[in-house]
Amino acid sequence: MAVVELQNLVKDYAGFRAIHGVDLTIDDGEFCVFVGPSGCGKSTLLRMIAGLESITGGELRIDGTRVNEQRAAERGLAMVFQTYALYPHMTVRENLAFGLENIKTPKDEIKKRVDDAARMLQIEEHLTRRPKQLSGGQRQRVAIGRAVVREPKVFLFDEPLSNLDAELRVVMRGEISQLHRRLGNTMIYVTHDQVEAMTMADKIVVLKAGLIQQVGSPLDLYNRPANQFVAGFIGSPRMNFMQMTVAEIRNDAILLKDDEGRSFEAAVSPEGVAAGDTVTVGVRPEHLEIGTERGRPVTVETIEQLGGESYLYCQDQSGRPITVHLSGQTRIKAGEEAKVFLPAEAVHVFKEDGAALERLRIGEAA
Amino acid sequence: MVWSFISRTRGRDRFDVTDWLTWGYLIFGIALMFGPVLWVAMSSFKTEAALSEYPPSFLPLAPQTAMVKGYDKPLPLYEITGGEHKGEVLAQIRRIGLNAQMVDPQNPGERINVKIGDRTPKREFAMAWGNYTKLFQRFDFMRYFWNSVFITVVATIITVIFNSMAAFALAKYKFRGRTTVFVLIIATLMIPPTINLVPIYLVVNELGLVNTPWGVIWPAVATPTGVFLLRQYMLTIPDDLLDAARMDHASEWRVYWRIVLPLAAPAIAVLVIFSVMWRWNEFLWPLIVLTRSEEFTLQLALNAFQGDLQTSWSGILAMTVLTLLPITIVFALLQKNITAGIAQSGVK
Repeated sequence: MAVVELQNLVKDYAGFRAIHGVDLTIDDGEFCVFVGPSGCGKSTLLRMIAGLESITGGELRIDGTRVNEQRAAERGLAMVFQTYALYPHMTVRENLAFGLENIKTPKDEIKKRVDDAARMLQIEEHLTRRPKQLSGGQRQRVAIGRAVVREPKVFLFDEPLSNLDAELRVVMRGEISQLHRRLGNTMIYVTHDQVEAMTMADKIVVLKAGLIQQVGSPLDLYNRPANQFVAGFIGSPRMNFMQMTVAEIRNDAILLKDDEGRSFEAAVSPEGVAAGDTVTVGVRPEHLEIGTERGRPVTVETIEQLGGESYLYCQDQSGRPITVHLSGQTRIKAGEEAKVFLPAEAVHVFKEDGAALERLRIGEAA
Repeated sequence: MVWSFISRTRGRDRFDVTDWLTWGYLIFGIALMFGPVLWVAMSSFKTEAALSEYPPSFLPLAPQTAMVKGYDKPLPLYEITGGEHKGEVLAQIRRIGLNAQMVDPQNPGERINVKIGDRTPKREFAMAWGNYTKLFQRFDFMRYFWNSVFITVVATIITVIFNSMAAFALAKYKFRGRTTVFVLIIATLMIPPTINLVPIYLVVNELGLVNTPWGVIWPAVATPTGVFLLRQYMLTIPDDLLDAARMDHASEWRVYWRIVLPLAAPAIAVLVIFSVMWRWNEFLWPLIVLTRSEEFTLQLALNAFQGDLQTSWSGILAMTVLTLLPITIVFALLQKNITAGIAQSGVK
């Protein structure tokens, strides 16, 4: 049962600020994912919460108690490391028991908890082995087990799946989600993989250069990215961006004009823009319609047919790359001419400072 | 398996030139390195008389003797090389001038006169164990052995603990002046030990440690080599492991004791070997600090055999062999770790 509150948290390294005043509340039992490109400070932030990195400014509270000055061990958290960090000279059982021995848990209690955790994570038959003798997935389970036996207030995960192969990653992703449902603890999870963030999180925190860009549920971030960075980061493949000019302001939409003089409608709130402003238009590949009748003429450069879905990499007349995602298969071939249409409801519009205009007709598209 | 490995040649069936060179070089190396040791070991079984003999023999040989009826003591046997009894083996009763009075052991009644130039002593292979038993009986070998063992073991334990703690701090904690401290420690390697001798003696004397084993132990426990060796090795231990232990409620002491120390075991084994060799073979410093013979280490006792007027070579040789034994055993047991430890602490 733990609420983690970050208030204006700051981290300075010699001559450089890694975290610029982060405010965030993670509710009890929530699965919160920090996501961002490498170097954005997400791991630093996690290590500050863990107590492995000192806090330069601001306040960190766990269950309302200020813990800035507490050592890592006293905060009652458990962490799973990217490298697993299993003690190579100890058996799996000793690895799991080490934390409990340190807090002087009675022997039979340790045994019970280790056995329970091992059963839950299906590593019972490996208890006498050493980490070196285990496969990647088994090591990962042991690392999680080591966190589980301690029954911590909060679980911290630092890119735990990045060393696994793609298939195992999907499996472990499911297992961690399941673990969260079963234990109901607060979990904080750091990843650079937006797919992990989207599939596991109750709440996603997008970070860039030590600043929070947006906090929200996965679909919130997908549907209403607060700025161009979040829009580009969430969703795969990446959102298409195009520079356009605002031609006309209407009540519930704006009329945009591109370089070639074509105009079309975007269903966004016109607040904050005026006719003549330059804006960036973003459309997700899966919201574009490709055909021969309406829209912008493009040349299809490459096609990836995955059977169940297809990706078309196109170029418009000004040489801008446009990615189109279709579900199912397509008859279009590489090198062909086609037309791409941007539905008004699916368009995101970002002002020059990157902030998004509010979308008005979400969910009506496609 | 082993034989096919050893007998492998470069030429298909015959010995190639490179095979000759390799074998020659290796045999030469073995002779160069093991020859003297073997000579010492062999000589330690020779009697004092056999040692001063010229030309020297490789094997320990002693004059052959025989009990002859009618004589109380065993008589030395000689082979006759000239005269009428040439080829016979006779026992000598006594020497009179240039003649020796001898007797045939098979026929004890008859006495034979032989010129001393016509006989050579008959000798046989015999180990003079007396050299060794003398060490224990007339000479307090066990006391010196115990002194040496005590100093070596205690100094090595303290060396490992002190050096590994220093190395841990230098490798894994970030603090102001860390590099400076490290460089200073390494820099002490450049000071020749003879320069330190007098100041350290003054300190040891002030502390009242002269003529105690601690006077030998304390000045030796902080070795820059050990700190360097262990630090380089500890740099290769991932920080995540220490962080994981900290998350596991481990105190810094426990992180050191339960995580860092076991993982640095290969480097520690190297340091143990070095330290044991240094302390066991140390001579100059104990010679200065220890003046009472009850406190002597083996090396000092060995030196005491060499008197101003006479030197007991048989004693020295026997004791040298006994002194070599423990260090050889330690080395043989831990040598595998030396290569592993040095190789690994070198990288990264």
